[in-house]
Amino acid sequence: MCSGRVDLDFVLRAFANGMEGVFIGGCRLNECNYTTHGNYHALNMVLLCKRIMEHIGLNPERLRIAFMSSGEGNLFAEEVNDFTRKVKELGPIGASEENDLEALRPRIQEVRELVPYIKMAEREKLESRLESEAQYEGLFTAEEIDRLFREVVSYYIDPEKCQACGICARRCPAEAIVGGKNRIHVIDQDSCIKCGTCLEVCPPKFGAVQEIMGEPVPPPIPEEERTIERKSKSA
Amino acid sequence: MTYTEVDGVEGEAGDFQVMLTRKPRYVDENKCTGCTTCVEYCPAEYPDQFNQEISDNKAVHIYFAQAIPLVAYIDESCLYLKEKKCRICEAVCKNDAINLNQKPEKVEVKVGAIILSPGYEPFDPRVREEYGYGKYENVVTSLDFERLLCATGPYEGEILRASDKEHPRKIAWLQCIGSRRVTPGDNSYCSSVCCTYTQKQVILAKDHDAEADCTIFHNDIRSYGKDFETYYQRTAELPNTRFIRSYASVVGEDPETKNVLVRYATADEGVKEEAFDMVVLSIGLNPPADHEALAAQFGVELEDHGFCRAATSNPLKTSRPGIYVSGAFQGPMDIPESVFTASGAGSQCGELLDHRRGKLTRERVYPEERDVSGEEPRIGVFVCHCGANIGRVVDVPSTVDYALSLPNVVYAQEQLFSCATNSAQEITDMIKEKDLNRVIVAACSPRTLEPLFRDTLREAGINQYYYEMANIREHDSWVHSKEKDEATRKARDIIRMSVARAAHLEPLQEIDLPVNKAALVVGGGIAGMTSALSIANQGHEVHLVEREKDLGGTAGRIHYTLDGMDVQAYVKDLVRRGHEHPGVHVYTEAKITEATGYVGNFVTKVDSERGAREIEHGAAVIAVGADVYEPTEYLYGEDERVMTHLELEERISEGDETLARAGTLVMIQCVGCRNEERNYCSRICCGESVKNALKLKEINPEMEIYILFRDMRTYGLMEDYYREASEKDVKFIRWEPEDPPRVEAVEEEGRPVLRVSVPDPILGQRLATDADALALAAAVIPPEGNKDIARFFKVSLGPDDFFKEAHVKLRPVEFGTEGVYLCGTAHYPKHIPETINQAYGAAGRVLTLLSHDIVTVSGAVCEVEEKKCIGCGACAEACTYGAIEFRKTKQGPKAVVNPVICKGDGLCNVKCPTGAIVLKHFTDEEIMSQIDAAAPEKEGEQPMDAAVGDV
Repeated sequence: MCSGRVDLDFVLRAFANGMEGVFIGGCRLNECNYTTHGNYHALNMVLLCKRIMEHIGLNPERLRIAFMSSGEGNLFAEEVNDFTRKVKELGPIGASEENDLEALRPRIQEVRELVPYIKMAEREKLESRLESEAQYEGLFTAEEIDRLFREVVSYYIDPEKCQACGICARRCPAEAIVGGKNRIHVIDQDSCIKCGTCLEVCPPKFGAVQEIMGEPVPPPIPEEERTIERKSKSA
Repeated sequence: MTYTEVDGVEGEAGDFQVMLTRKPRYVDENKCTGCTTCVEYCPAEYPDQFNQEISDNKAVHIYFAQAIPLVAYIDESCLYLKEKKCRICEAVCKNDAINLNQKPEKVEVKVGAIILSPGYEPFDPRVREEYGYGKYENVVTSLDFERLLCATGPYEGEILRASDKEHPRKIAWLQCIGSRRVTPGDNSYCSSVCCTYTQKQVILAKDHDAEADCTIFHNDIRSYGKDFETYYQRTAELPNTRFIRSYASVVGEDPETKNVLVRYATADEGVKEEAFDMVVLSIGLNPPADHEALAAQFGVELEDHGFCRAATSNPLKTSRPGIYVSGAFQGPMDIPESVFTASGAGSQCGELLDHRRGKLTRERVYPEERDVSGEEPRIGVFVCHCGANIGRVVDVPSTVDYALSLPNVVYAQEQLFSCATNSAQEITDMIKEKDLNRVIVAACSPRTLEPLFRDTLREAGINQYYYEMANIREHDSWVHSKEKDEATRKARDIIRMSVARAAHLEPLQEIDLPVNKAALVVGGGIAGMTSALSIANQGHEVHLVEREKDLGGTAGRIHYTLDGMDVQAYVKDLVRRGHEHPGVHVYTEAKITEATGYVGNFVTKVDSERGAREIEHGAAVIAVGADVYEPTEYLYGEDERVMTHLELEERISEGDETLARAGTLVMIQCVGCRNEERNYCSRICCGESVKNALKLKEINPEMEIYILFRDMRTYGLMEDYYREASEKDVKFIRWEPEDPPRVEAVEEEGRPVLRVSVPDPILGQRLATDADALALAAAVIPPEGNKDIARFFKVSLGPDDFFKEAHVKLRPVEFGTEGVYLCGTAHYPKHIPETINQAYGAAGRVLTLLSHDIVTVSGAVCEVEEKKCIGCGACAEACTYGAIEFRKTKQGPKAVVNPVICKGDGLCNVKCPTGAIVLKHFTDEEIMSQIDAAAPEKEGEQPMDAAVGDV
């Protein structure tokens, strides 16, 4: 397993659990044990997560990544001691933030639900290989994160247009589309991971799936109104 | 057999008897667990030899932190051995491993072949007073400095001066200590490794203290190895770092500050003296200390310097059949080359002893695996004391009680040493008795012992992936030895997390893949042919693919080497053997059109004079060689008197009369490399130029020869030929890249000449010579078509476009892609003997694979849940192994992981937005459960806390 295996969601989960700091140790940059240089991915994830933490009002200093080789026990000790000192200084979540953990938890939870979306939106940057520390600051900006959350998309099936062909339901990776034969399909917004597969696969002749940004998703059509009355072909 | 000496050797190749003496370790190797409790209690302190006697160690100790076996031994400073007192170690060893009555033991072994790899002896600068070593406290050798830099070194990674234990702020390195000097006590040859290891030390010194002022006094900078040139540049660009080209000597010390005075000279300022806080002597490599006795004992010959004399056509062969040599006993060499030669020597033994391969092996049989996947988790926790290592810090009994309180834990116990044979048996027994289906050993790092405990589970009929290791030693007791309560609490945290994960573990199957026994060798030069023949001699079919009409490669144009090898005769013989060997199938005028498959099972399509063929093979060797740069500078191609060294060599061997009569011949080095476009050194050219200069001097001693160079890189034993050339009046003139030589064709007194001019830094004007011929040391460049080969075999190229090995030092003849190997100049420019070493090295690695009937692939690889895959491709983008492909389905493209290629790094798992691709054994669920379990225990929530008492 590589440090690049550390998921954004792992870090958020730890904070949601009340952990006061998260430290990630990776191999030295450019000295990959595999051929993948996944420690750069870990670094990018941390840089992104720090911005997200800023965005939701969690002190980004509570997250740190350091790179070292297995032969550098002294460096590990130094880094960990320093980070421990820092976390103690920051105190429990809330002590160096405007809100306490209870107030922050729903915000963290909101972000956790958006992790798949964030991975897709930031895919390219999360994979990039930064050449110097000078570039760390600029990889993700506060404005970018604001926009990321402001422009979160939702997907909605227009009941007028849905022909219950079932393609979207079959293809949805999150099994978030409720449908059935001759039943207008509805996206369960809580399960939806915003991958956009439904939009992509909905036959153009129907064009039932809509991408919604910046406004609330219309409520789902009531169960009893979902049956589609079809005229028989012979009629 | 460590701590063992050879007394004598009898017999012959295939049938040697070797008499050995095992020296008494006074510690039973089978019982010692390396816990080092004895070391702590031992009262006898003496200078630690591994740490260059800078700090102290005990009479009983482990030689160094990574020693194999990692067990203690007692040396002659022991009080009991000297005066029959003490015996404290016996009393404190909980495993009864100390045995002070051990006696030397005579052992005789029968072997078919012998490899000599005694290494080298560091040069001892005490032999010359001028180095000031032993006289001035703050003069250290590079090996001393190496230990100072090391975290396990005398001051735990702090660089301190001997005189005042202060950090040196201003450090000087003196190069070529004991090397490239003909003064008595010194060595005439170049030690090959010092320039680069010094650069490494400078970088590390700056890592320790970014402000440190570092000065390197050097002769030529010999950055001839792969990626060395850029490493040198990286070092030279560090702030407060000076590279000064000057011989320097230690002339004294300041009696108060103990700073060391260094005298040196520069062109601008003349002779100067400067004080340094510390001076590091970059000492060279001597032959092993007892080389003469060693040679006599094994009946092998030495060359003039005391290194092993090898056959010119095979540097791995000593003068005695059946005895091979690897590593620095061949001559000074660095780590990658030592590793080539080690694999190569292995291949030599394989060729000699192939008829006996596998005759002494026995297969291990495990009981049938019980399917427990349907059962509720029944976890057993074994908490190890590790002698006193864990037990004295962590409260083990209470930790066992705590473990029992955790969900799904049905059994827990303590063990003195879980790794001891009887303890492993105990675990196996308890699995059966208590019906355990998951096991946690809370002990040390999985790095060392996980394989052992997995094996223990297999012995008990449980899938090995149901094993989980909780590291409460390295992660706990060792780092919190003074905070016992906290350490106990941390041990509980770690175990709680492991228990949480264990409940989610799944049984995984390792895949056994059949191995196709044939090999494909791409490239029919010296590297390819040597490798192919060595593999074929060990009973494997080899398909040797060459793009040209004939085998031979670039070596077909080389006629002699510096040490007098007849290259043409050698190549002819190789070609003949290649064609005659029944196991070698030669394909000439060949072109690879497609390669698919993976380790043990490749299929490669080849178009050749034999037509289009599909070759199935288990391994591939990339030996496609290199090309020669075609110069655009110095009138090359415009004036026939200007030629490359290969052309010069051809003309010499053809007996070209015009050339033989030339009054003046000039050679220009570094043409087409060590520049912006090709930022590397071609390695072979300095040696080639000296070789051709000496040859020309042989033909026409009157010929004036000039070699215009930047750094003469006649590393290793080639240095002697450089000196010889100089003695024969070959003139060496150095130039800088800012002001390179100029060449023009002019008439001088009616005679057409090539006027070569080069600036003279001392006179401040250009020196001009009228030459009749000009030889250019044209760069060695990556071979044409290497990008296709890289694509076909899913291997990578380095920044210079030479093929990139899996690891520079540890795996220098392998690619990151399993089953594909590398040798010769495709890897990097190298001389013929080096190529032969590496070619045998690649053959050795190929045999390691092909001698097995199966390869086993880890179960901890990635897998796709097809329903969840949206075919976005993020996973495949992250996987540089190319393990992920897309399959078209009615539901769109779906990712498929080839478990054979997957290395289990798990990057794809993180990239996947839908959670479709999963790294088995490290699933989100498993890791999340640990994260949740890591959350601090809340007061009163854990029922056992009250009972345990010391929360």
